[in-house]
Amino acid sequence: MYAIFAKELRSLFLSPLAWSLLLAMQLLLAWLFLVQLEQFLQIQPKLAGMENAPGVGQLVIAPLLDSSAVILLLLIPLLSMGMFSREASNGTLNLLFSSPVSTSAIVLGKYLALLALLAIMLLMIALMPISLLLGTAPDMGTLAAALLALALAMASYAALSLWISSLTQQPAVAAVLSCTLLFLLWIINLTGSGEISPLMEQLSLSSHFQRMLSGLVTSADITYFLLLTSVSLLLCIHRIERLRVDG
Amino acid sequence: MEPLIRMTGITRYFGQRCAVQDLSLELLPGEIVGLLGANGAGKTTSMRILSGCLGAHQGSVLLDGVDLFKAPLRAKRSIGYLPETPPIYPELTVDEYLTFCARLKAVNNSAIKTAMEQAKAVCGLDKEGGRVIRNLSKGYQQRLGLAQAIIHQPRVIILDEPTSGLDPNQIIEIRNLIRMLGEKQGVILSTHILPEVQAVCDRVLILHHGRLIYSGKIAQLSEAEGSSTVTVGLSRPPEQAAIATLRGVEGVSALGTNRFRLRLTQPAAAESLLQQMVQRGWGPTEFAPGKPDLEQIFYRLTTTTESGV
Repeated sequence: MYAIFAKELRSLFLSPLAWSLLLAMQLLLAWLFLVQLEQFLQIQPKLAGMENAPGVGQLVIAPLLDSSAVILLLLIPLLSMGMFSREASNGTLNLLFSSPVSTSAIVLGKYLALLALLAIMLLMIALMPISLLLGTAPDMGTLAAALLALALAMASYAALSLWISSLTQQPAVAAVLSCTLLFLLWIINLTGSGEISPLMEQLSLSSHFQRMLSGLVTSADITYFLLLTSVSLLLCIHRIERLRVDG
Repeated sequence: MEPLIRMTGITRYFGQRCAVQDLSLELLPGEIVGLLGANGAGKTTSMRILSGCLGAHQGSVLLDGVDLFKAPLRAKRSIGYLPETPPIYPELTVDEYLTFCARLKAVNNSAIKTAMEQAKAVCGLDKEGGRVIRNLSKGYQQRLGLAQAIIHQPRVIILDEPTSGLDPNQIIEIRNLIRMLGEKQGVILSTHILPEVQAVCDRVLILHHGRLIYSGKIAQLSEAEGSSTVTVGLSRPPEQAAIATLRGVEGVSALGTNRFRLRLTQPAAAESLLQQMVQRGWGPTEFAPGKPDLEQIFYRLTTTTESGV
C-alpha cells in the first residue's frame, strides 16, 4: 500500500494539474477572503454599537470556509478524475493486478495520497483565518469546528470522486459525473415551497456542513461524512474487484 | 519436476462468447513455451488469467505450487507479467518507475537498489535511469515493461507479444533476452508470428477459437509443413504450365511476374528441381524451401481436428 501511496503522491505533484488546482483554489479564496474582510472593516463601526454583534468569525471566517467547500466540490473531482480511469485506459491496471497487492490496498493507497494533497490544501485555506489572529481574536472553538467540517467534507468529496473515477476510462467523464453528484448532494435540501423534507435534509451535504460551520459539532454530522466516505471507498473497492475478475 | 504453471480446465466467457475453453497447460522450469494463435484466438485472455488480471469461469491455476484463485497474493509473488502494452506511467522516470514496481512486488527495501540495477542491466537500460518514460522510444518502453516483469526475479515470466512494434534489431535483442531468461526461469510468451516461436521457443501451444489444438515441439511442426513447398525466382520464366511439367511438382502458383511457389509431391523432390530448371535454361535466381505460414498450419490443424483426429 505504501508503494502505491508514494507513487500516487509523486504522480500528483509531477502533473501540472495539482499545481494549477492549488493555484486556482488559493487565488479564488484569497480574493473572497479579502472582499469579506474589507466588507467587515466597512461595517465594523456600526457593529461596535450593537449588542451581541456578530464577530469576525461569523462575518469573515464562516463565509470563507463555506465558499471553500463549494469551490473544492468542483476542484477535487478534477484532482482525482484520472486516478483509476487513466490506469484503466493506459493498461497499467494490469501491473497492479498482477502484483501481490490486494484490491483494498490499491484503493486505500490512492485515497491516502489524495488525502495527503488535500491536507496541504486545507492548511493553505486555514492559514487565511489564522492570519486574523494578528489583529483580532476569533473564537477558536468555532474555527476548529469549521476546519474539521471542511476536512471531513474534503475527505468525502475525495472518496466519492475516487469511486466515480473507477467507473469510466475517461477522466473528463469522471470529473463531470463526480461534480454533478457532489453538487446535487450539496443542493438536494433546497425546495421551492419552503417545506423542508427531513430525508433530503439528512442527505444533503450542505445542511451537515453548515451546522458544523456554525460551531455545532454533533456525532450525527460527523457520522454522515464518515459514512459517505466509507461507502464510497467500499463501492470503489468493489468496483475494482469486479474489474479484476470480469475484465 | 514440479511445473511452474499448471493450468487445468480453464474456461472463460465474455458474455455469450467463449474466449477460452477448457484450456490446460504446463510450464516447466527452464522452458520457453510459445502460445501461438491468430488474433482473437484467446492468447491474451489466457495470459491475463494466468497473471491474475482476469478471473475464470472454470478451472484452476497453480503457480509454482500455489493456487492463484485461493491465495492470489502469495501466488502472484512468483510471476512477472508483461501485458500487450507495457504498463508504464509516462510521467515517472525510469528509476522512479522501477522502484515503484519493486516495492509493489514486495522486494525488500534494502534489496530494491540492486534489483533495479540488475533489471536495468539485463534490459539494456543502464544509461536511461534518469529519463522520463514519456520521452523514451517505443523500443525502450518495451524494454522497461520487460524490466518491470523481471525486477523481483520471478520464477514464471509471462510475456504477451513481447516483440510487437519493435524494429528488427530490437526484436533480436529482446529474443536474446528471452532466451537468457529461459535458462533459469520458465517463460511463456504469446505471439501470432511463427518465426518468433521458431526463434526462441522450446515448445509451442497453438490456440484456435479458444481451444488448444496443438502442443509439441516446434521443429516437428515446421518440418512436416514446410518442406513440401518451394519458392523459386526465375530470370527467364517460361509459361506457368511449363513449370508444372517439372518432375516432382504437383502445382504452381505465381507470386509475381517471375516468382512462383511450387507445391511438391514429396519433400525429397526439391533436390532435383534446381538442376532441372538450370538445364532448361530458365535462369533460377532464387530457390527457397517454403516456410510454413500460420494460415497453412491453422488450416491443416483445424481441418484435421474438426474431422475428429
